[in-house]
Amino acid sequence: MNYFFQRFGRQIVIWLPLAWLLLFFMLPLIEMINVSFSEARRAVPPYNPAFQFGPGGISFQPVVDNYYLIYEYWEDYLWPAVNSIRLAFFSTLYCLLFAYPMAWWIARSNKSLQHILLILVLMPFWTSSLLRMYALIGLLNPNGFINDILIWAGVTVIPIQMMQTDFSIYAGMVLTYLPLMILPLYASLVRLDGSIIEAAADLGARKWDIFKTIILPLSIPGIIAGSLLVFIPAVGEFVIPALLGGPEQLMLGKVIWTEFFRNRDWPVASAIAIILIAIIILPIVYARYQDKEGIS
Amino acid sequence: MAPFISIKNISKKYGNFSAVDNVSFNLQKGELFSLLGPSGCGKTTLLRILAGFEVSNTGSFEIDGHDMDNVDPADRPVNIMFQHYALFPHMSVFNNISYGLRRTSLPKSEIKSRVEELLELVRLSGMSERKPKTLSGGQKQRVALARALARRPKLLLLDEPLAALDKKLRSDTQFEICKIQEQLGTTFIVVTHDQEEAMTLSTRIGVMNEGKLIQLGTPKEIYEQPQTSFVADFVGEISFLEAVVKENKNTHWLMQAAVPIYVSSDSNFNVGQKVKLALRPEKISLTSRPTGNINEFKVDILDFAFYGAGTQYRVIGPEGVKLKLYQSHNQPSKANSPMLKTGFVNFSPEAIIVLES
Amino acid sequence: MRYDVPLIVKVLAIVGFGILYIPVMIMMIYSFNSGKLVAVWAGFSTKWYRELWTDDILLSALYKSLLIGMSSATISTFFGLLIAIAFVRFSAFRARLTLSLVASAPLVMPEAVTGLSMLLLFIAMETTFGWPSGRGVDTIMIAHATFGMCFAAVVIQTRLRDMDRYLEEAARDLGERQPFVFMSITLPLIFPSIIAAWLLSFTLSFDDLVIASFVSGPGSSTLPIVIFSKIRLGVSPEINAIATLMILTISGMVLAGSMLILKRDSRGKKN
Repeated sequence: MNYFFQRFGRQIVIWLPLAWLLLFFMLPLIEMINVSFSEARRAVPPYNPAFQFGPGGISFQPVVDNYYLIYEYWEDYLWPAVNSIRLAFFSTLYCLLFAYPMAWWIARSNKSLQHILLILVLMPFWTSSLLRMYALIGLLNPNGFINDILIWAGVTVIPIQMMQTDFSIYAGMVLTYLPLMILPLYASLVRLDGSIIEAAADLGARKWDIFKTIILPLSIPGIIAGSLLVFIPAVGEFVIPALLGGPEQLMLGKVIWTEFFRNRDWPVASAIAIILIAIIILPIVYARYQDKEGIS
Repeated sequence: MAPFISIKNISKKYGNFSAVDNVSFNLQKGELFSLLGPSGCGKTTLLRILAGFEVSNTGSFEIDGHDMDNVDPADRPVNIMFQHYALFPHMSVFNNISYGLRRTSLPKSEIKSRVEELLELVRLSGMSERKPKTLSGGQKQRVALARALARRPKLLLLDEPLAALDKKLRSDTQFEICKIQEQLGTTFIVVTHDQEEAMTLSTRIGVMNEGKLIQLGTPKEIYEQPQTSFVADFVGEISFLEAVVKENKNTHWLMQAAVPIYVSSDSNFNVGQKVKLALRPEKISLTSRPTGNINEFKVDILDFAFYGAGTQYRVIGPEGVKLKLYQSHNQPSKANSPMLKTGFVNFSPEAIIVLES
Repeated sequence: MRYDVPLIVKVLAIVGFGILYIPVMIMMIYSFNSGKLVAVWAGFSTKWYRELWTDDILLSALYKSLLIGMSSATISTFFGLLIAIAFVRFSAFRARLTLSLVASAPLVMPEAVTGLSMLLLFIAMETTFGWPSGRGVDTIMIAHATFGMCFAAVVIQTRLRDMDRYLEEAARDLGERQPFVFMSITLPLIFPSIIAAWLLSFTLSFDDLVIASFVSGPGSSTLPIVIFSKIRLGVSPEINAIATLMILTISGMVLAGSMLILKRDSRGKKN
């Protein structure tokens, strides 16, 4: 028994999950690349695979039509790409703006309050984003809660258009991703030793000076980690632009959905997915590079 | 001469708990003063009050005649060296040391030359571009010292300055701190729970317990004339004997512990009064045969421990009286034989410290 | 303490907590509105909750979501545990880089991409060797287990790394053999993280809309898919009621779970 575990246990532990992930995560991505180079057709399935093997032997006929199509109608695809980056970027910024004071407060409060506040941060993280976006719609709608109050208070007569604007996207993103920004920021701020702040004060630094020269520089790892955690899922977001955004806020995640479900153009949907992956890889590689710099 | 530093009636309460209880003392310029006490005795709180991080409930703190009460920590002519140094991990040694200077109106060239001076003082020249995490414990300690000294404070506070160093490094650093202090003439207050550290470092020691300053004096006074059994017990090794005053015999008092003991003391006692006798281990001699000296009785040797320069014994006498004693190896003695099971102890009447029971 | 959190920081932080909680709270209040018009308060009523139990589509979707969530979470936790052991306990092994790549990439992959690529694979597999025939509960389960195990691995890994290795070595020194050391020492010690990993995989599966939409077939709509199609028709008191129930259930579970873990932790520290 012991011999068996020594010999094979390790291999099983490694290869069981590895095989699963290769089969159901890696292989799908390869298949998606395959489809992105395939010819679209009106049939089931609606494409003619570039690479296939079957009774007729192995054939490989890649076409670049799908990428060419994106290039040709670039205006239809460029704006969603630009929107994805723009909306994700500013969402990250707004998350940082709200998360920093929250993380600071949590990191510097006493143990019992800290537990309560951390649970308060984690609870929304666990509940469905779809449902929270729905709750947000109830607030932002022309006949929603905020407009009701504004009209009742006499601030405005006609409802203010908040849905289907950049504002509604940002509100949705902040509501969804704020916890992901708070947690790494909290982790870096809680490690900050109180005596370091006192040392700075002892050496003549005022409050703002302490923040600028001590607290902020020491929380940069948290800022980078949090920004990545928000930016990456925000770029590929589907639910938020679909429910809260209008045509001006079209993002790549929603374009993939539309191409796939509405236009049934699977090869083009795959090609866009590959472009989306490229957009996401860039900041990750950049962060890795920064990380290595920091070590040396 | 008016005191350079005057601390009057300082108290600090947290709810019902008195962290610092009515502490007063004065320091002259250039003193190296130690606050000694067990953890939780309030010494660190007092230090933080002096640095300005905590506000005392009552009392006053003056430096050179200036009241520090409403002065922000940033403006006090007081700097502190933190227990774990609190070096800024993202700044080089140079930027750590110059941090305080960069918050003054000094020109850059002046700052640079002053930092170089300090680096030389703490023997770290050439390390100015290193980051704290690449330094050894002793080097970090010296950077922290240089950083705290950079603004030329009138008073430097050191919170357990040697606690984080290993034993060998500790004794070297002790002397170094003394040397730097003498060289600069700055007034130092060191907080420590280590009585050996306090003894070797300081010109004067204040012993604290439960928020109160119990005794203040030179290391010799604290060791040889402790005023309470707490001080006697906390500073150095000691054995206690419960005794009752029997009678006054001209120069000596006769006291009855388990055995009759002659005590030489200037104080006055009432016959029948209960007292506590305290004996330092090195003041007791152990012999294999009776010597006929005063205050001698037979003991069983419980165990002993070899300390290189001497041996420490634990012995038990009549009625279960336990004593700790220390025999130096420079006086050849048969008592130092491990075979010995019983022996005789004696001590002079002058060696006995009489404390209230 | 002179260096407490500045007041302005506390005020901004409270605003932040407000953003997280106010929309959901208002929705919860309105779920008890008796009127059909969402914005107008017409009195307290629980009738929308009662109506939920007569909605067959909703109930069958709930049943499927629970089934998929529980089974995929169980697979995820088991595989996540294996991944965590491989990373933390095994020194260099040849497939390490590959495993770390495929176990972390799903964490950053947009849901739409993961969903699309999995669907394409399922279809390719079906045309090549006939399995899986069509999409349904099983394909959603496989998809959810795949990204769930990566999250589970992260959760368990953190705990396993914090665990004192000497405890295992002590057990081996006292004569316990390897697989049993894991059962009697390691597993009980990392158990809270296993529960947390299961709960996380379950909620990720239970809440997932995008991936499920891609890999589901006709008649296998999960709860989020049904809710999404209802939301597209507009705000309704009925959805307010479902959403309130779902959020309260998950929050209750999280609250109980975190209390348990915090209690265990503080008890552990005292001893």
